[in-house]
Amino acid sequence: MDLNYNTEDLSFRDQVRSYLETNLPADLKHKVLQHKRLHKEDYVRWHKILAKQGWVATGWPTEFGGTGWSATRRHIFEEECARAGTPPILPFGVAMVAPVIMAFGNQAQKDYFLPRILNCDDWWCQGYSEPGSGSDLASIKTRAERVNSLEGDHYVVNGQKTWTTLAQHADMIFCLVRTDTGVRKQEGISFLLIDMKTPGITVRPIIMLDEDHEVNEVFFDNVKVPVQNLIGDENKGWTYAKYLLGHERTNIAAVGRAKRELQFLKRYASEQQKNAASLLSDPIYASKVAVLEIELMALEITVLRVISQDSGRPGPEASLLKIKGTEIQQRLTELMMEAAGPYSLPFDAAFLDGESEHSIVGDDDAAPLASYYFNYRKTSIYGGSNEIQKNIITQMILGL
Amino acid sequence: MDFNLTQEQSQFADALRRWVEKDYNFEQRKHIIASDAGVSPSAWTALAELGALALPIPEAQGGFSGTAIDMLVIMQELGRGLVIEPYFATVLAAEFLKLAGQHDHLLEQVASGELQMAAALNEKQARHELFNIATSASQNADGFVINGVKTVVLHGAQAGQLIVSARSSGAQRDSDGISLFVLDANAAGISRREYRSIDGYRAADITFNQVQLPSSALLVTQGAGWPLLEAGCDYGVTLLCAEAIGVMEAIFAATLDYLKTRQQFGVPIGKFQVLQHRMAEMFMELEQARSMATLAAVKLSSEDAEERRRTVSAAKARIGQAARYIGQQAVQLHGGMGVTNELPAAHMFKRLTMIELSLGDTDHHLARFIAQPGFKAAA
Ligand SMILES: Cc1cc2nc3c(=O)[nH]c(=O)nc-3n(C[C@H](O)[C@H](O)[C@H](O)COP(=O)(O)OP(=O)(O)OC[C@H]3O[C@@H](n4cnc5c(N)ncnc54)[C@H](O)[C@@H]3O)c2cc1C
Repeated sequence: MDLNYNTEDLSFRDQVRSYLETNLPADLKHKVLQHKRLHKEDYVRWHKILAKQGWVATGWPTEFGGTGWSATRRHIFEEECARAGTPPILPFGVAMVAPVIMAFGNQAQKDYFLPRILNCDDWWCQGYSEPGSGSDLASIKTRAERVNSLEGDHYVVNGQKTWTTLAQHADMIFCLVRTDTGVRKQEGISFLLIDMKTPGITVRPIIMLDEDHEVNEVFFDNVKVPVQNLIGDENKGWTYAKYLLGHERTNIAAVGRAKRELQFLKRYASEQQKNAASLLSDPIYASKVAVLEIELMALEITVLRVISQDSGRPGPEASLLKIKGTEIQQRLTELMMEAAGPYSLPFDAAFLDGESEHSIVGDDDAAPLASYYFNYRKTSIYGGSNEIQKNIITQMILGL
Repeated sequence: MDFNLTQEQSQFADALRRWVEKDYNFEQRKHIIASDAGVSPSAWTALAELGALALPIPEAQGGFSGTAIDMLVIMQELGRGLVIEPYFATVLAAEFLKLAGQHDHLLEQVASGELQMAAALNEKQARHELFNIATSASQNADGFVINGVKTVVLHGAQAGQLIVSARSSGAQRDSDGISLFVLDANAAGISRREYRSIDGYRAADITFNQVQLPSSALLVTQGAGWPLLEAGCDYGVTLLCAEAIGVMEAIFAATLDYLKTRQQFGVPIGKFQVLQHRMAEMFMELEQARSMATLAAVKLSSEDAEERRRTVSAAKARIGQAARYIGQQAVQLHGGMGVTNELPAAHMFKRLTMIELSLGDTDHHLARFIAQPGFKAAA
């Protein structure tokens, strides 16, 4: 057994590291490391920089413009990006809809959408959840009825999606829609790509706990969608959706980011005082950090073990990574907020949005921490809640 | 032993609850938070009319001489209603006057609702240590001169009068050498910078630049303020514990209701055993927390200061844990709804989180519990 990277992997890591040192803009890095809010331009800018280098689509095969990297290299790359403080590449286009288009789309769809995704010409969002359908996703009600007309066949879509992340910026939405109501609920679902500029679509913001506009409701009122935008076969959407959910969970453990945040936490805590010493040397607090650090060490090795089995797609063990990863991320934010103590109370939206350089109370590190904690409660809810992930483990792995 | 509320206490609670339902509902609260003032003058009048302000004030100063148990009832209701008015700040500050037995005219103004107060005790470097004071108080011919900065003072900008802790002598972390003052919040040399806190309250950083106070501003013997500072804050902690119980009751009820109504997979989600057990855990947390809040309120008036400190810290530590568990789980069980600002439960979660961080967090009070001589003596 050898838990070290081999020399090629190490030189790959050095290559990535030096690339990031020269190409990650300082202002973006600062925003990320300071836990400030990222705006559309920030995401797009970084995406386009990486696209120039050909490193956006780390999970795609080379024929579509992906890197063709092994799982180990992808892991190294993600870790280096996290370490450097890059904005994330949003998953909706690159990691979610693109694999579905590659696997089930027709040639025209591949030719049109995939290059645009690579270059971030379209901002994508995910239209799965509905008010009545969260964990029970297969119960979705948004209707798509096929209409034959002279201008070409199209679907007429009516219904509502919700929790749609960053839909306020979106050019395209991929949706699960109901095309047959007379069959078992999983069997009447289709997978549609919809242009957000189509008449009849309304986006309404949902403001989160930390008062940020991150998710939306999306309403469809007689929205005409050309049949060319159907992926694969009508009524086979559930199969594609399940395929996609497997992809959604890669890198969900976010070990690299957690390692960076652990460094932040330790640095910040060591600057705070308790009992005339650093908070990090307080036995009660330090033991909490240590327990967390050990959990993270274990998760990193678990991730590497899963990767080394490299079956192409993550299986039910992805659920373990999702649960442990999100628990660690949430715990990190909790301990950061504890370290800040009363200084996490002041709420300074202007600072978080980058409108003012320094926070009102003068502790720029502390200012975003409560927001961060509140915001990160989402991680155990979205992407299949942690309860649902445990159901997957009990059924698929344990056979209970 | 009698754990029941008196008829008067129940009536008080009912009256407050009716007022919250009618005049301080979630929508109205939202408007207050968004308003420039961040507090509601009409709510303040209502609290005064209901007698909530007179309750803790001695009869001699126009109050009702309410006990800590009476206050438990009030704070629970205000917690349940997520009331963000400067009630806690005012009552905490008034407690210092009460304990010092001074400035009766100010207590009278509090009882009648004329005066709002705040306690400016916290400093940046102190985190949760009340004795960690850099603000200085030097004596001169006219009284005292105060210099320093107090941070995250709850409702510090609304207050007409402030209680301020300052150092007369000793090193920054000495409990000896602390003096306590009451002063006009608009005195020359005071500047206040107000901001919102993440749970919808208003707070302020207050700078004291050569603020001249008369000798009468001193609350107890110069340099001997620590016992008073601790006792006053223990009262504050007890109030926060009571408030937390109210918030937890409300968020628990909202979650239970959601489990019965939210349908997934063709059944109410409350049918899933894992969620049932989670709810059972929350129930037990709440009951344990309630017991500790009651104990703290009873022991607050204990003759034995160690017993008071021990119990109050035990309560804050226990309630802090319950608040975190119940808050986090309530959000989790609400699914996506739990993380939206549109849901009252989300605001309850935020308030619970901030209560935990106020006047000493869970770790702080655990350490204080351990530090009491009786902890080791019992071994
Ligand atoms: C910040 C955020 C961003 C999101 N972004 C998107 C997006 O871009 N696109 C999109 O389509 N969706 C998105 N979602 C939606 C997300 O996928 C759902 O919130 C999630 O699936 C849970 O559904 P729900 O909110 O309806 O909760 P519910 O399904 O109602 O769940 C409520 C509670 O019941 C539990 N529960 C439900 N069923 C079971 C069961 N069988 N056994 C045990 N426990 C159960 C859940 O774990 C949860 O605790 C987002 C959500 C959030 C919070």
